[in-house]
Amino acid sequence: MSPKTLYQKIWDNHVVHESHDGKPALIYIDRHLIHEGTSPQAFAGLKSEGRTVRRPDLTFAVMDHSVPTVSKERLLPIVDTDARLQFEALEKNCLESGVRLFDMNSANQGIVHIIGPELGITQPGQTIVCGDSHTSTHGAFGTLAFGIGTSEVEHVLATQCLVQSRSKTMHIVVNGKRPRGVTAKDIVLAIIGKIGISGGNGHVAEYGGEAIRGLSMDGRMTVCNMTIEGGARAGMVAPDDTTFAYLEGRPFVPRGKAFQDAVERWKLLKTDADAGFDTTVELHTKDIAPQVTWGTNPGMVSGVTSRVPDPGSFTDLNDQKATERALIYMGLKAGTPIVDIPIDRVFIGSCTNSRIDDLRAAAHLVAGKHVARSVKQALVVPGSRGIKTQAEKEGLDKIFTDAGFEWRDAGCSMCIGMNADVLPPHERSASTSNRNFEGRQGRDSRTHLVSPVMAAAAAIAGHFVDVRDLDIANVE
Amino acid sequence: MQPFTEHTGLVMPLDRVNVDTDQMVPKQFLKALTREGFGRILFYDWRYLAGEKPNPEFVLNYPRYRGASVLLTRANFGCGSSREHAPWGVKDYGFRVILSPSYADIFYNNCFKNGILPATLSEAEIDELFKRTEKEQGYSLTVDLPNQTVSDAHGLVYKFEIAPSRKEVLLKGLDDIGTSLQHAEKIDAYEKTHAATATMYETVDIRNYSNGR
Repeated sequence: MSPKTLYQKIWDNHVVHESHDGKPALIYIDRHLIHEGTSPQAFAGLKSEGRTVRRPDLTFAVMDHSVPTVSKERLLPIVDTDARLQFEALEKNCLESGVRLFDMNSANQGIVHIIGPELGITQPGQTIVCGDSHTSTHGAFGTLAFGIGTSEVEHVLATQCLVQSRSKTMHIVVNGKRPRGVTAKDIVLAIIGKIGISGGNGHVAEYGGEAIRGLSMDGRMTVCNMTIEGGARAGMVAPDDTTFAYLEGRPFVPRGKAFQDAVERWKLLKTDADAGFDTTVELHTKDIAPQVTWGTNPGMVSGVTSRVPDPGSFTDLNDQKATERALIYMGLKAGTPIVDIPIDRVFIGSCTNSRIDDLRAAAHLVAGKHVARSVKQALVVPGSRGIKTQAEKEGLDKIFTDAGFEWRDAGCSMCIGMNADVLPPHERSASTSNRNFEGRQGRDSRTHLVSPVMAAAAAIAGHFVDVRDLDIANVE
Repeated sequence: MQPFTEHTGLVMPLDRVNVDTDQMVPKQFLKALTREGFGRILFYDWRYLAGEKPNPEFVLNYPRYRGASVLLTRANFGCGSSREHAPWGVKDYGFRVILSPSYADIFYNNCFKNGILPATLSEAEIDELFKRTEKEQGYSLTVDLPNQTVSDAHGLVYKFEIAPSRKEVLLKGLDDIGTSLQHAEKIDAYEKTHAATATMYETVDIRNYSNGR
């Protein structure tokens, strides 16, 4: 048998129909995750055609995008009428179809890409889709996971399958040990800086190398989460002992002998030694500093010790124009040292960086210190209520609130600003989220993407600082 | 879905690379329950000043591009969020064709679900079309899907590439779900051999929204 990549193995395991005449295949979907934002039109379409949900038992719903992050607001009628109508629609659709729904008052509620892995719904070798581009997160478990549009959500509801063509494969190898202060977020931002935001278009990425192997599951999820920001729809890491240890005992993971059997199967989920990739990208951690984005897409990124670039330094005319436009939008002057950029607000949260490792690292850095007076707001939004509970058990909430941070309830929050957590016009954030597009966190808002420790350090200093200069533990 | 064969229309140039779907339909409009009405808010933050006053500096508001149905743009169009609200907006505004050197994967895929043709041309060809659109008021293009050509009234003809299966979907206006359901027996068979399940071994807190209040 010819050698296969991990992606090809999972693909082959899920083919329902393939005609081999260049036409796309029909592949089976093991887990379909839905949320209030991109599902109402899919259910409406289904109904208007007289179709039903084929596998409600493989479909999981959660409220995350527009939920309030102030706990008590969830026990009152939702003020935002449009959001309320979406919550009601999701609830009704789930009740009618028998889909399990983690509503905003469930103890297990959280961001869809956080709770899937946390509850063990996500497992190696699966195919997982969701009407959300950050579905790539689940690839950290050696699953094929990617975002889809609402028409495809409807398609999966009706058929539990998706029409797909095979992607090209990209191997992203990160060599070397991860230096102190350089986190999973810095690694993935450096990758995007290197390949560009369209570098992965048409590909499924597989991550490897010492630095990736050395990451916890939380760190691997951060890397896979931002794969889409480099253009690849899915990113994956072959499962190993770190993966199995993470999964053992989670609510949807088999127990006892069944678990051991599953582990034996999961161990086969790796790229064969002689399998080839269409594209290979290599990086070394010694070249990666803590990263800060300065522009309006995640590829506009530099090490913290650099300066805001000069548009003239780009060779491509389109890049020059885009950079010029980005600097105007961001209110930045070329040549400004990154560490001299002052910030107004801090957001620690999102499906990229709101897991327990992220919160521990940030808390460690702010313990006994206080948010700078110039900083108007510093938010910590745990990715799930499960993480929130765990953090509170460890006293992290107290560390944050003592340092002047607000400790909130779980949701997408200021990453996308669909609830009340919006970054005001012309204000500048240090944000652990995934997108710094124009208007992403609020109209005319200015986002700088960073790791949780970089965001925490910026909150204390009031501007960006190189966390390697601080007394920090080796953090994810 | 509305089939697509040939289309002739006024070209609007959007001279930016990496236009992301957040720009097409910002987040505050993702709380809708229907697929309709997104044309009015397409490119919202670029298109409108405070109070939804049209921004005269944004190309879509130039009188000469009123009624445009061919969107000419730069590389990696549609990157970022998977929101299908973006192609809903593109279509509802009146665009039937997009011309670009490249597209982001999810957006590209979503176009075909909505009867929009995202045609791919080379960077040099796109450059030339930008020049012609700029120079000639009322510049129009004819896009012929069966022959895979883009042509203007002055004899310019460019060939574009598209996967045969994608082409068929647009030409016939195929309903994907209906097509897939023709394989229902194969789906049944797959489920029998693979026994996909999601067993809960430990109770988690799943409840309905209204119970919480």
